[in-house]
Amino acid sequence: MLRGVLIGALSVGLVGAAVWGYQEHREKNAILINAENNYQRAFHELTYQVDLLHDKIGSTLAMNSRSSLSPALADVWRITSEAHSDVGQLPLALLPFNKTEEFLSQIGDFSYRTAVRDLDKDPLTDEEYQSLQNLYKQAADIQDELRQVQHMVLKNDLRWMDVETALASGNEAADNTIIDGFQTVEKTVEGYDETDLGPAFVNMQKKDENFKYLEGEEITKEEAVKEARKYAGLPKDSKVRVTESGEGSKYGFYSVTIEAPNSQIEANMDITKKGGYPIWFIMARDVKEQNISLNDASNIAIEFLKENGFEDLDLFESAQYDQTGVFTFVSKQDDVRIYPDSIKMKVALDDGKILGFAAEDYLKSHHQREIPEAQLSLEEARAKLNPQVEIMEDRMAVILNDLNQEVLCYEFMATLGNDTYRIFINSEDGREEKVEKLQNAERIYEDVV
Amino acid sequence: MKKTFMVSKVFIILALIAAITPISEMDQSANAFSQQVIQHGAVGDDVIELQSRLQYLGFYNGKIDGVFGWGTYWALRNFQYEFGLDIDGLAGQKTKDKLVQASDYNEGFVKEQINKGNKFSHYGGTDLNKQKQPSSSGGGAAGQGGGTGTADQNGGSQGSAGQGTVSATNVPNGFSDNDIQIMANAVYGEARGEPYIGQVAVAAVIINRVGSASFPDTVSGVIFEPRAFTAVADGQIWLTPNETARQAVLDAINGWDPSGSALYYFNPDTATSPWIWTRPQIKKIGQHIFCK
Repeated sequence: MLRGVLIGALSVGLVGAAVWGYQEHREKNAILINAENNYQRAFHELTYQVDLLHDKIGSTLAMNSRSSLSPALADVWRITSEAHSDVGQLPLALLPFNKTEEFLSQIGDFSYRTAVRDLDKDPLTDEEYQSLQNLYKQAADIQDELRQVQHMVLKNDLRWMDVETALASGNEAADNTIIDGFQTVEKTVEGYDETDLGPAFVNMQKKDENFKYLEGEEITKEEAVKEARKYAGLPKDSKVRVTESGEGSKYGFYSVTIEAPNSQIEANMDITKKGGYPIWFIMARDVKEQNISLNDASNIAIEFLKENGFEDLDLFESAQYDQTGVFTFVSKQDDVRIYPDSIKMKVALDDGKILGFAAEDYLKSHHQREIPEAQLSLEEARAKLNPQVEIMEDRMAVILNDLNQEVLCYEFMATLGNDTYRIFINSEDGREEKVEKLQNAERIYEDVV
Repeated sequence: MKKTFMVSKVFIILALIAAITPISEMDQSANAFSQQVIQHGAVGDDVIELQSRLQYLGFYNGKIDGVFGWGTYWALRNFQYEFGLDIDGLAGQKTKDKLVQASDYNEGFVKEQINKGNKFSHYGGTDLNKQKQPSSSGGGAAGQGGGTGTADQNGGSQGSAGQGTVSATNVPNGFSDNDIQIMANAVYGEARGEPYIGQVAVAAVIINRVGSASFPDTVSGVIFEPRAFTAVADGQIWLTPNETARQAVLDAINGWDPSGSALYYFNPDTATSPWIWTRPQIKKIGQHIFCK
């Protein structure tokens, strides 16, 4: 009797386990297939976009009337951005696939710039035409390589999930057609020099200025520690560590860490070797209840900058995040705001001590500039604005434009409805260099529900 | 038996009195601006009062949310212009006095509407009751908020010095609060055991990648790029991040980059890919090596 019950119970259990196991297996497979499908979609879309890219660039070259180029170039721009996003979805993070992505973004930047330009007034130069032809040729090569990979994938029924596994296990030497194929694509692109693109082609990536404007002697580790102690203001018996930057950094710097004894307080700072300038400083500690106002804090920040030899600065933005105040300063020369020279400060609103300081942008770009005379009058610049906006403030400013060049502009603060805009009009030719909608405070969602 | 009942009754009454007292105290003290000079970017009760008073006079047409944004700034400057004050966009003593003189501020009404999440305004010369509307999220939810909301609010305001009623928050230009949240998730999943600057550095790497031509152009694109972050691959990104991770993200967005413009980082003890060792290294923070 007991035996019968036991056997019955066990067999029910066994069947149950089998059913459960089968369901789990099916679910897992479904998810795997889903992930695989996403990869496949991204990959096939990518090859499709590159095909399309090649065709479109080809047709722009063939266009006789250069003024009809604009819409075609805008289309090229759209396609590169889509192709770029497809690359981002593929599990290639561990593969050196950067060159291809950079290539895509170069085509994108080039086509965008030429598409938004008034090509009637300012047609493509011969160099730009040449660049376009070069891009066409490169696109052809990449298209060719990608098609090769695609063909192998389809013919041999290759799985992207296998690529993931191969990359994750570090087994890149193992023969994996997809990986090999992409490496070939990468090599093909690498073969092109950026100089191919002609002098008219401005590299849009952030220029690494390397602190070239800094002056002064190389400082020693001890001097770096001394400077960091001055900023941190922590007790003398704090633990101090200093390390030097590695070869990956184009400029040399010291990293100083100061730990206050018996507490959670830690100060960190990076200092340039040349001249001993503070690149950034962060004090990590808990900030308690607010005791001082944002305005008090901004005065403390201004005082601090003066004491440390940063002069001719304008407070540009202030914002309160919980119990800290964050301030942005920009430098000023002959009453012109220099936006590329910016310094950030963070002040605790409990005791008014400095929590942070970031001067990387300032140190990289600050120097005495030759500010040209404005060609347009204020009135002429004002006339270039959209008549709908109400102008609240104006001043002169130097900004970095889309081409990464510094330009002298008229800056207008203007409102339209409840929104505030910052509009920059080039003081030489009246071009609208930048129109920024300034962010409004964001509603807190959780409190309302 | 009866005696103990009496005792407990007295006790309950005492407890009720104790519970009510702090509220009545609050009402007495809170009817005017505090001493501070209020400037652009500030958050808190003073800003709510400033916005309400400016709206009463018809200078401010935006939402009364307790964050001193551009709308409030221009309203204040227009007020200063009309009333012959120095036009500096700062609410100092003189400006505040003039405001208090010229306008009324119904604090109870404003705070109640904010707590309930209602749409409302505070214009002078119109019946306040006609200036409120239950929030669009449905009447039921708003009614509930009225009952329990006040209690929650008291709990909340203990933490952050009287900012319990603020209904908006500052966000850095170009980022939404959700972006910050996703990044905080990623930072927490990737680097929760690291020192604070190590967490800022990880957040900075995400931002550097967004700006780099070699990576996707959005925060979520960078974070969810397959195989880019281990925390995404193994699901640790969905742990609830702590306040430190969020602070670290805010610092990174606001311009602090302890990584030295790095695009990659790895933990030398657990890194599986030999390729990562070929990247030029910049520095080591905590367990992570940051590289170009």
